[in-house]
Amino acid sequence: MDSKRILVTGISHYWGGRLAQALEAFPEVEAVIGVDSQEPQVELERTEYVKVGAQHALLRRVVEAAEIDTIVDTRLVVDSAVMPSSRAHENNVMGTMNILAACTGADSPVKKVIFKSSTHFYGCHQDDPAFFDETMRRPHPPRTGIERDIVEAEASLNEFAERHPDTAVTILRFANVLGPDVETSHKKLFSLPVVPMILGFDPRYQFVHEDDVVHALEHAVKHRVDGTFNVAGDGVLALSEVAGLLGKTYAPVLPPWGTGIAAAVVRRIGVEIPPEALQQMRFGRGVDNRRYKAAGFHYQHTSRETVMKLGEHLRLHPVVRGAQEPYRYEREVEDFLRWSPHVKNTRDSSAPALSRSQLAELQRLLTSFADTAGMDLGEDVPDRAAEAERRAVAAEEAARAAAERAERAEEAAERHARDEDERVPAARPVDHYVDLAAEEVIALLASLEHEDLQTLRVYERDHANRTRVLSAIDSVLNRRGSRV
Amino acid sequence: MADRQRTTLSIRERDAPTTALVPAEELKTHLPGVEPERELNDWGRSERIEGLFDRAVADFFYRYWFRAEVEGIENVPASGGALLVSNHAGALPPDAAMISKAIREEHAHPRPVNITIEHFFKGYPGFSALLPKIGCVPAHPANVHRLLYDEEQLVLVFPEGRKATEKLYKDRYRLRRFGRGGFVEAAMRAQTPIVPICVVGAEEAAPVFAQVGIMQRLTGLLYFPITPTFPHFGLLGMAGFLPAKFKLRFLEPIHFEEEGMHEDKALVQTVAHEIRARIQEGLWDMLAKRKSVWFG
Repeated sequence: MDSKRILVTGISHYWGGRLAQALEAFPEVEAVIGVDSQEPQVELERTEYVKVGAQHALLRRVVEAAEIDTIVDTRLVVDSAVMPSSRAHENNVMGTMNILAACTGADSPVKKVIFKSSTHFYGCHQDDPAFFDETMRRPHPPRTGIERDIVEAEASLNEFAERHPDTAVTILRFANVLGPDVETSHKKLFSLPVVPMILGFDPRYQFVHEDDVVHALEHAVKHRVDGTFNVAGDGVLALSEVAGLLGKTYAPVLPPWGTGIAAAVVRRIGVEIPPEALQQMRFGRGVDNRRYKAAGFHYQHTSRETVMKLGEHLRLHPVVRGAQEPYRYEREVEDFLRWSPHVKNTRDSSAPALSRSQLAELQRLLTSFADTAGMDLGEDVPDRAAEAERRAVAAEEAARAAAERAERAEEAAERHARDEDERVPAARPVDHYVDLAAEEVIALLASLEHEDLQTLRVYERDHANRTRVLSAIDSVLNRRGSRV
Repeated sequence: MADRQRTTLSIRERDAPTTALVPAEELKTHLPGVEPERELNDWGRSERIEGLFDRAVADFFYRYWFRAEVEGIENVPASGGALLVSNHAGALPPDAAMISKAIREEHAHPRPVNITIEHFFKGYPGFSALLPKIGCVPAHPANVHRLLYDEEQLVLVFPEGRKATEKLYKDRYRLRRFGRGGFVEAAMRAQTPIVPICVVGAEEAAPVFAQVGIMQRLTGLLYFPITPTFPHFGLLGMAGFLPAKFKLRFLEPIHFEEEGMHEDKALVQTVAHEIRARIQEGLWDMLAKRKSVWFG
């Protein structure tokens, strides 16, 4: 596996969270960093969460600081019921552009970009082929906002791929996803007592199971699979067949003419059918999923099995609902678990391929960016404002502390110079060096020169002899050494 | 708006990123497996509804109403893909159903036939839900290629298209233009044989006396014909066929085994003309031998 330091966008949404959980389990993966504008919704073992604005404008600094080699972009919105179209556009088009901008440049550490797209790329039209393959273009320009966004986002990826031939770009176009955990418009439609249909139409549908989606993304991380691929379970079902598999009846409640108006009426009574889904309910869509199979991917579920799994879930759901407490992200607890020297047992012993000192170093890099990125949020939720303010104060304090540290570091450097002149091998670097906590010393390391680091190492060994500080110094030295 | 158009255009110009070229032979091995529990196949064809249609409608017309007579059925290959090309006629053309019924009844290895239809039917309520169930597939080159090459099935095309069903009774058995030869290209690309078919009887079974342009626009149908039973008997009158004698003749297959033949546009056109001429000749021959429209 070439990918060792992975950045996952959309960590707080379903796909990012699931993928990060999966990637954490690989011992070869050194670091998983998740970015999003909200807090994670799932429990993460060692994934680092960094809060960024919706436009991901500061991502480049995170990427460079953490030496990210693989970006997995899971944040594309493919369902217009999720958010208003202007926000979706901001996320899908501007967000994608900014994420790609974060991996441009000759010295960019990014070697692989994986993009989660959707078969909405092809749209649904009367003169569509029965099975779209990856080389086909859509026969007509996109009609709905979401489709337009997807087409534009993929266009910027293709442009990026052209300009960066050395970077592997993988676009995965997923068919309609179903599964017990993920929430989609189609799942909501299938949860109704009867499956709504347009009178006189029985469209063809292809589904992919939520687990297969995560596995498909994992497959792209693990192997080098350049290009665009359709990801959809085997088998194309008719909508009436889907209803049958779910054990429901179907009702042609929407008229074939004036369907849009009828859908607006239906929305009034609380059943939301987004415009792209409405097109699909008329013409349906099938895709050719063979190329990703040829690239070595194996599906666990066919379309039919996916629908049957959903049927089981829908029957069980009213019984088990509320039995499980949902996870809530608490920053302080997460920070404690990850960084406190008092934490003795990590929950999974196999995971930490990083030494504690490396983690500490990573954390230092990240917090400095997280603070600035946190300020950049355009969140209009009122109780976020207080938090943002608090964070601003914290950032200021951090800045002041950093300035002080820098001063001290300078002092230290001078002192070192003097010390070296005087040929005192292991002089005290700072006046109150022993009073400094290990964390603070580690924070200083980056600002020190090579020779000073070595001096500091000797001093530390002779006096305090804190293993954490020593190994941190070693790692900084190693890193510098490898760069020269 | 200008922005939108620009982005769309730029996408059309730019090719998809270099998807690693997988040999078509290898892709063939990755076709989805058959799920025996399913009633429908991936094209939306339903065994149950097709069987129902066969027993309730096709059987009656084939045996008793049209009393179909078939010659040269051995020209339809027993295995592998093949493209069946036929002349076409009638307000609601009965020829497609009769050809697939003939193969099911007379052939040593009965095989399902995929009938290509206009995209129009996919967008028209009712037809859209029903036609795929009985084995109709929209006539998209990609669909034909997948059926012929990957799934190795029989595909029936009417190269004249709707020009044939629009033509009036006075023009009967005169073949229209054979499109741009797309069907020849499809067969060459898939390297499958073409089996030309001549059908006599459809023109008299459902004669069209006139076309009403205004009504066509009002109903949104492909065309609005005046036949002996339509429109005065309502929509069912579309299926009011006269009991003409049906004769089907399957001609010698034409093989395309060389690779890359489909890129030669001139060759495609020549072969299309040749096939059209063979069917037309066959039709004249069969008409000359026919003593009666109703009794053969």
